[in-house]
Amino acid sequence: MAVTLDRRQFLKSTAALGGGLALEFSAAGTALAQVGGPISPLEVTHWIVIKPDDTVVIRVARSEMGQGSMTGLAQMVAEELGCDWSKVSTEFASPNEHIRRKRIWGSMSTGGSAGIRTSQEYLRKSGASAREMLVSAAATDWNVPAGECTVSNGVITHGASRRTTTYGKVAAKAGQLEAPKDPKLKEPGQWTLIGKSVGRLELPDKVSGKPIYGVDVRLPGMMMASIVQCPIFLGKVKSVDSAAAEKMRGVKGIVKQDDFVAVVADNWWRANQAAKALRIEWDGGKYANASDETIRAMLKEGLEAKDLPSARKIGDTDAALASAARVVEAEYDSPYLSHAPMEPMTSTAWFKDDGTLEVWVSTQNGEASIAAAAEASGLPLEKCEVHKTQLGGGFGRRGAPQDYVKQSVAIAKQFPGKPVKLIWSREEDMQHGFYRPASIVRMKAGLDADGKIVALKSTIACPSILALLRPEGIDKGIDFTAVRTFSDATYTIPNQQVDYAMRNGHVPVGFWRAPGLQNSFYRECFIDECAAAAGKDPLEYRLAMLKDGDKNKAVLQAAAKAAGWGTPLPKGVYRGIAQSDGFGSYTAMVAEVSVNPQGQVKVHRVVFAIDSGYVVNPDACRAQAEGNVIFNMGQLHEAHHLKDGRIVESNFHDFQLPRMAEMPVVETVFVPSGGFWGGHGEPGALNVIPAVLNGVYAATGKRVRSLPLKDGVVA
Amino acid sequence: MKLNVNGRVQDVDAEPEMPLLWVLRDVMGMEGTKYGCGIAQCGACTVHVDGEAVRSCVTPVGQLEGRKIVTIEGLGGGRGLHPVQKAWLEQSVPQCGYCQSGMIMATAALLAKNPKPTDEDIEKGVTNLCRCGTYGRVRKAIHSLGGQKVDGAPKAVQAPNGQTLA
Repeated sequence: MAVTLDRRQFLKSTAALGGGLALEFSAAGTALAQVGGPISPLEVTHWIVIKPDDTVVIRVARSEMGQGSMTGLAQMVAEELGCDWSKVSTEFASPNEHIRRKRIWGSMSTGGSAGIRTSQEYLRKSGASAREMLVSAAATDWNVPAGECTVSNGVITHGASRRTTTYGKVAAKAGQLEAPKDPKLKEPGQWTLIGKSVGRLELPDKVSGKPIYGVDVRLPGMMMASIVQCPIFLGKVKSVDSAAAEKMRGVKGIVKQDDFVAVVADNWWRANQAAKALRIEWDGGKYANASDETIRAMLKEGLEAKDLPSARKIGDTDAALASAARVVEAEYDSPYLSHAPMEPMTSTAWFKDDGTLEVWVSTQNGEASIAAAAEASGLPLEKCEVHKTQLGGGFGRRGAPQDYVKQSVAIAKQFPGKPVKLIWSREEDMQHGFYRPASIVRMKAGLDADGKIVALKSTIACPSILALLRPEGIDKGIDFTAVRTFSDATYTIPNQQVDYAMRNGHVPVGFWRAPGLQNSFYRECFIDECAAAAGKDPLEYRLAMLKDGDKNKAVLQAAAKAAGWGTPLPKGVYRGIAQSDGFGSYTAMVAEVSVNPQGQVKVHRVVFAIDSGYVVNPDACRAQAEGNVIFNMGQLHEAHHLKDGRIVESNFHDFQLPRMAEMPVVETVFVPSGGFWGGHGEPGALNVIPAVLNGVYAATGKRVRSLPLKDGVVA
Repeated sequence: MKLNVNGRVQDVDAEPEMPLLWVLRDVMGMEGTKYGCGIAQCGACTVHVDGEAVRSCVTPVGQLEGRKIVTIEGLGGGRGLHPVQKAWLEQSVPQCGYCQSGMIMATAALLAKNPKPTDEDIEKGVTNLCRCGTYGRVRKAIHSLGGQKVDGAPKAVQAPNGQTLA
């Protein structure tokens, strides 16, 4: 019996933001033997497998792309389980089994810095349940009350009778027991693993070059595919002359689709050489003339449009602006940016002789991948399996779209019985992204006689990510990812209006690291402008607009204190500050910056304060902060330009990422206040640009309102 | 043609213009060396040829007969992890890890010539791209190998929420 499911809805609802889905599967348990094998008999709970030798396998539903969730999620389970951490390994939960077991592992989406914060409760409970079941199994064997038994490092002890056993010995029996509904969880003060910087479990493989990424998959008789997609978004293939390509060494076939042509060969270089020899005529369609100018005109028109929907309306902003002692006004903008993970898009598909399809892929969402595989193959979900690998970076690119999975399935479908690995060239990756949207924002602040902001009107013209990838998430014309930081600012400004002009164009947009982060740049630099206009210290100015008890205020104070705000700096070095919350956490940043006479910006030191409620693996969180700083400093120089409907930049020579010399010292200050769980993968991204550019202003008196820096310098 | 990779001479059937990267990955089945750009920009494909760090994505294999090629798989010389790999683990350098084979190979070549590199030496010698942003830890790991004292793990602290951060 096939699964009946609206796949389109499934795709949308498994998009990068994920979480809280309620999908009904009518899957019967009849197809259990098809793919993925039987359910492990060694399961204590569906998250935990304990083997007779006491080794523990903890299942992970989210993906590992370097953020450390695979270890952090396992830490939370192991904390409550009470096992020996040195005996823990992890495995990714099988998407096929997940579907057959009615989504037993919850969301597989890995985005929005949500891995830990949205699964912590059920994971900790799973560990606690298993512990109670294991103790209960031992106590039953010994015929003693479970309450008299203690647990330490996977050893169960009954002190009174001096008996001990291990988890491995009682696991099979424990797995037969009913899981307790509401197991008792430890208090934060009792944690010994949560909060500890244990080494990330996959690092030994990563330093020794083990083939752990999607791009490394090797299967018997495998062929390789290189793809050429229509360079003009939404364009089509008009004609292909593949005569020369077909004659090249190693070429096994050419696959022609509406919007791409792929060459399949016995190795990737040969496939790619032949792909370069294809002569393709494209039908660019109606966007063949789109350019930076047409995009800018589209956004500017949005700023001027009447009757825009408001994402926030407090007080009477227009009236307050009209009566303000002084009005500060500015327009800011930023460009399209690609994710450019170091591992290009890749997916391997194999239509097997038994009528099933297996896919190996670096994915941020195993469910979205299996849905994409089913959609592209026409097979029911139950006949598909997705093998999740380590990701060579994700940053949002490998979550919602799944375009490369669909392509690899379409290509492999032409070669039944043979595995085909699709690897995009870097050029394809740069020119076929789901880009961080370009946007323009106009802000107008009314200041009273003391310089305090009494009104703030923000008009945001920005393509909508949700319109493309998750349209049901749009609420009354508002895409929250386009208006955040303005629509939810906690500054106590009595009159606020945030208007949104959704102007989409043809360039695909997607969830980049910290979707909507450009608004932190706009807001926090503009607040700095207001502070300067008021003649106030930027820190004091912000603190005066934040209520006591607002966690944003506490992190701002923590960052300022750790950075020594107000204390002397070496000659030529200046500080900038910014604060924003997002992805469940509250953050503030101070950047120490100098600008040389040529206008080149150097960031020396960054202090980052974060309140994420709790911290699971401090070192992994520090690594996220360090990564966020340099990743986002890249925005000073990165941009994608549009010409003749296509992206101009094609590789790292013209889309330059930061290198070693640019890396500043990064200090992370944890101020977890408890009572909630926040993320770490993206919150550190929010304040980098505003803190740095506010430092640039302090150093030069020049406001940078448009990124990237023109000619790479502050002029 | 015959190629000497990690101390073993093997017969390889490949056209001379095929880049070493793809010979290693797709012909010889050694996937530790990574493709990132194909134009010698990112360094994910870095291997050693006669001890020099080389970007294998632009190195035609036809030039390499009789030369000694070492990849990440052979860096330790069959005696476990190379000191650079160990330092990488001590400093928890990798995030996604994709660029790290190249980063490690570039570092090993740098240190072989210059055992105590300065920040500037490192910036010039390790020009690899890392999108995750591990540069600070790469630098720290290299300094630790150069005998510099580097900061250890921060001291355990009691957080405002009652948990201990270590």
